Amino acid sequence: MTALRNRGIRPALLVGFLFLIALAVAGCSSSKSQSFQFDANIFLQDLNPTSQGVLGALYVTIVISVIAQALGVALGVLAALGKMAHIAPFRVTANVYIWIFRGTPLLVQLAFLYYGVGAAHLWGWDPITINGFLIPGAIQAAMVILGVNEGAYMAEIIRAGIMAVDPGQTEAAKSLGMTYRLTMTRIVLPQAARVIIPPLGNEFNNMLKTTSLIFVLGVVETYNHYVIVQVNNFRPFEAYAACALWFLLLTTIWGFIQSRIEKRFARGTATGSSAIPGASWRARLFGNAATSSGLGGH
Amino acid sequence: MTTPNVSGNLLGAIGGVPRPETDVVVDARDVNKWFGRLHVLKDVCLQVKRQETVVVIGPSGSGKTTLIRCVNHLEKIQSGRIFVNGHLIGYREAPAGGIKVPIARRRNGKAPGATKLVEDKEKNIAQQRQEIGMVFQRFNLFPHMTALENIIEAPIHVRGASHDEAVAMGRALLERVGLAAKEHVYPNQLSGGQQQRIAIARALAMKPALMLFDEPTSALDPEMIGEVLEVMKELAREGMTMIVVSHEMGFAREVANRVVMMDDGVVVEEGTPDQVFSSPTQERTKAFLSKIL
Ligand SMILES: Nc1ncnc2c1ncn2[C@@H]1O[C@H](COP(=O)(O)OP(=O)(O)O)[C@@H](O)[C@H]1O
Ligand SMILES: [Mg+2]
Repeated sequence: MTALRNRGIRPALLVGFLFLIALAVAGCSSSKSQSFQFDANIFLQDLNPTSQGVLGALYVTIVISVIAQALGVALGVLAALGKMAHIAPFRVTANVYIWIFRGTPLLVQLAFLYYGVGAAHLWGWDPITINGFLIPGAIQAAMVILGVNEGAYMAEIIRAGIMAVDPGQTEAAKSLGMTYRLTMTRIVLPQAARVIIPPLGNEFNNMLKTTSLIFVLGVVETYNHYVIVQVNNFRPFEAYAACALWFLLLTTIWGFIQSRIEKRFARGTATGSSAIPGASWRARLFGNAATSSGLGGH
Repeated sequence: MTTPNVSGNLLGAIGGVPRPETDVVVDARDVNKWFGRLHVLKDVCLQVKRQETVVVIGPSGSGKTTLIRCVNHLEKIQSGRIFVNGHLIGYREAPAGGIKVPIARRRNGKAPGATKLVEDKEKNIAQQRQEIGMVFQRFNLFPHMTALENIIEAPIHVRGASHDEAVAMGRALLERVGLAAKEHVYPNQLSGGQQQRIAIARALAMKPALMLFDEPTSALDPEMIGEVLEVMKELAREGMTMIVVSHEMGFAREVANRVVMMDDGVVVEEGTPDQVFSSPTQERTKAFLSKIL
């Protein structure tokens, strides 16, 4: 059954992509507007990964997404534990953080924390060098702000994951003399991970697309690359179509990776009845509610 | 079916009988506990001497679970003191009144020597719990770990034992509870009786001075009760100090030094198994026994 499905993946996708391109071409050539002609050559040139800057821009998108997501998970764990803490100041801090970052637009957060805070001389976002790599301030700001924003959303996902773990597990750990820290890292979080991983994958899918907003910081990631392309060649239709296709490719590849991770994870934990079966790649790509797990999505 | 081979000595696997530091291992004095407005433990006193097995019986809701959970501070108490091995559990004594007494009255405030309980630091509580093993009604094995990993987890990460040392002890314990073949098996592939035997081995691996059992066989299918009771009897015979909440009369008659009857948060009666089961003095004990026999 799964073997058949796997064999079907690549042809299905190929057909999908060809269909999209054909649709674009057909839609334009049969357009009533005489003034516009779709230029397949320009489109293919824009799409060509060997043309100047495309791979670099994709690399920036991927690296920033991964780092921001990792930061988001770390902050999400802290915020989730903070929300559940017995000590009131921890709870208040976590709640205020979540309230602010979920309650304001990401675009405003980016502009305020980069330009606003920079102008107020509160934080300069100066370039730093790590292992000989120069990291410009705008890229640092992009990773940090996307990560902090993501942490506010991950907090709720992680909290739900922790709450899904049987309280008897915590009691057993405590009765063996484990501290809060050991109980969390060794017993509770590894079990919560099973519940957290499917929605975490969905968050990363969002993150890949959301990075396009960091063009406001002047970072040349995939979207900004195509903004520049169409400024230079006056062909926005072709440029943004190419841009959309690249993002579609990224999220599609991620969909496959995600369903693999989920399957492996469900198998590795070997807790039969309580294990969450990995969603199929179909569910990941097309959001089939019947097969995706309960806690996913917002 | 499988008859667990527990004939070898269980405590030998952990290097002999852990020797409690005091003659009286558990000393609970006038313990009071409320859940909100519900008064669950009312001036409860309980003493357990070294190598004694005490069986606690009583109707559902009488406070048996709460009492043994207070002994390792899984529940807070509102007044009284619980000592294990001579150490006050979960709290430290602080001068009574403390910050609540206005500055002007501090000098001539409270009677000298009056103290109140302040909850101890998390780290100290964790340390105290290392000496107290607990076995739960629903086993609570860690589902993401194999049988052996469940057993060696705390010795390695809490006691700081080396991996090899912990594995050697873990294997010895698995063998003594008759589950040597299940070393690499995850809990969900084990029967209830097997899981509970591993839970006992997991608690023993910390070399506790005291073991607490909360109805360890009441979630088991009847055919599995025997194998768990066998392990517990063996433990009792070898000299482990234990408090067992259980209505298994056979077990109590065979190994209990004392039976404690609780009802409505009060210790109603206590005595040898024969006294309590055969000639109870209290009406409530008689009524309860007539229901479970
Ligand atoms: N966490 C809790 N919150 C509120 N009430 C509780 C809690 N745990 C137990 N109780 C109540 O305390 C009483 C004693 O419970 P328990 O110690 O579990 O009794 P037993 O083990 O003898 O059946 C019961 O009335 C029960 O409903
Ligand atoms: Mg109970």
